[in-house]
Amino acid sequence: MLSSMKEGCHDPKTKQTQLLKPGRRTKASGVFHNLQEMQHCASLVTKVFIQRDYSEGTVCRFQTKFPSELNIRIERTLLEETVKTLNSYYMEAEKIGGQSYMEGCLACATAYIVFLCMETRYEKVLKKISGYIQEQNEKIYAPRGLLLTDPVERGMRVLEVSIFEDQGSAGSSPSSTLSSDSSAR
Amino acid sequence: MKSCDSQQTDLQAVPTPAPIPPPHAASRGPRGARRKWEVFPGKNRFYCGGRIMAAQQSGVLPLTLGLILVTTGLFFIFDCPFLVKHLSSCVPAVGAVLFVFVFITLLQTSFSDPGILPRATPEEAADVERQIDSSGDSSYGPPPRTREVVINQQVVKLKYCFTCKMFRPPRTSHCSLCDNCVERFDHHCPWVGNCVGKRNYRFFYTFIVSLSFLTSFIFSCVSTHLAMRAQDGRGLVSALQESPGSAVELVICFFSVWSILGLSGFHTYLVASNLTTNEDIKGSWSGKSGDVASNPFSHRNVFVNCGSVLCTPLPPSLIDRRGFLPEEEEPAQTCCTDVQLPASANNTQRKVCSQGRKGLLESAAPSPLQSTSCPQGEPQTVPPGPRRPSPADSEPTRQASNGCRAQHSAGSQGNASSARHSHHKSRMKKHKEAALSISNPTSHGPVAPTCPDSVPTSRGTSSTQA
Repeated sequence: MLSSMKEGCHDPKTKQTQLLKPGRRTKASGVFHNLQEMQHCASLVTKVFIQRDYSEGTVCRFQTKFPSELNIRIERTLLEETVKTLNSYYMEAEKIGGQSYMEGCLACATAYIVFLCMETRYEKVLKKISGYIQEQNEKIYAPRGLLLTDPVERGMRVLEVSIFEDQGSAGSSPSSTLSSDSSAR
Repeated sequence: MKSCDSQQTDLQAVPTPAPIPPPHAASRGPRGARRKWEVFPGKNRFYCGGRIMAAQQSGVLPLTLGLILVTTGLFFIFDCPFLVKHLSSCVPAVGAVLFVFVFITLLQTSFSDPGILPRATPEEAADVERQIDSSGDSSYGPPPRTREVVINQQVVKLKYCFTCKMFRPPRTSHCSLCDNCVERFDHHCPWVGNCVGKRNYRFFYTFIVSLSFLTSFIFSCVSTHLAMRAQDGRGLVSALQESPGSAVELVICFFSVWSILGLSGFHTYLVASNLTTNEDIKGSWSGKSGDVASNPFSHRNVFVNCGSVLCTPLPPSLIDRRGFLPEEEEPAQTCCTDVQLPASANNTQRKVCSQGRKGLLESAAPSPLQSTSCPQGEPQTVPPGPRRPSPADSEPTRQASNGCRAQHSAGSQGNASSARHSHHKSRMKKHKEAALSISNPTSHGPVAPTCPDSVPTSRGTSSTQA
């Protein structure tokens, strides 16, 4: 997905601005109407990583600390809400309770063959999480030129937020954003 | 939108350099994409299209399998007929159930993902490097490669893994035999031929517990059988002569039952206190300098600890072996294979490739890296058999670490050659070209030059800890 964004509008950049100038000029920097539009016509500026929060042990939690690079792009409360919902999903996946004890004992009694036949609870929750992230990307993040990557694709180490810039917008503010991002790199 | 789409199709119509096809095309997906297991950077072997994985060296797994099969086979052939006739018919039934348990859990332990953490993507690695550089004070030498977190009111140090380019989560350790970071790393078991970590610890525990039941069951059955034969007035020697298989079983079971029972007891203690073998050996929570540092991961209740180790929902494999590589990986990958290998991506050459990389890092900073990768290596080469529950085993670990050092020095001598240096340079160039591609596993280039500077400091501290 990211690579198509990178390659899709990289080379014919000048051509694109010539053809699409009227439409693109009216757009504010980094505002896209939908995920597909962003995928086709944006270039990746930088990636911000939200790290894991280990204060409660090895359970999967992400820090709710707001990265400063996203200050201009998205409201703090929206991102915090997303991270908190993800944390609650992970907590549900890893919960130890009566049900997990029963499942563990049953699995042990069958020499864990059930793991080959059935989908585990964790996998079911991960599917819910990827659906949630997809929905959040479409509704909240893509219109702001951002993209969340499912943590499971990064080994559950980080929540990756990719920042995209509209290819066509060459005004002063986007370029200053670009230069500040590149200097941060 | 329409013009944007048409321009994209124009771009797709531009011919890209045709990638050199790898030799085996059995696992080709749509549009010839390769699967991720084919480019996995660790030292693992994959079978059945990535569904089954094992460590590079199978260790003594064939011996383990052989011993179990031979002993159980002899039991069914020599002892069961007699015992069914003279004792009870549920003897072979119990034996069969135990054998099936042992066999299945052994295979699951050996061939499943122990909880390998995939290596950091280049962007992640760069982000971590940036954070390290910004947090350190450059006037006092290289920045520290440790991070401290507070877990349950206790300070836990997270170490930086130079191979995987990330700060290891708590309880994660890098296995040098498999060249992977493994979550909740327990030990690398040569008997099972795989690491034991978060995902397969329950299989391993069930394996050793059921094996201890099986060995004690066979031992007691064989003893009963021989005693009953000898009681008929003919003596023990004639009983052994009549049933020679029983003699073999007796010897095998006698020597293995003590070690297996001891091991099961030790791991039961570990499960009840939510510890890993690695932490127990290193004494991570045993309280240094008079400060009582208890295990921050323990729930202070034996049953809750057991439940949290054995009964949590099984976490998924994070390495996504069967997933397809994104297609823009192909040119970079094949360029890499052009440079490093004779256009082949099979396992042995990948092993050489990964050893070459390791050889580069090791040759750049020889002694600190060798001496301090051993703390992870120590529990791996100690066989679980003769291990006693007390952690104060200095001799076996010293022997193990000597063996470990020999292994590392052999590896670095064999692999640090000028050819590797030229591969390294071209790899660095490729990394810059493919900077924004997702998880290119061969891009170790940019960070390697910084390693020799920072390795001695942080590795030095970890060696003193060990």
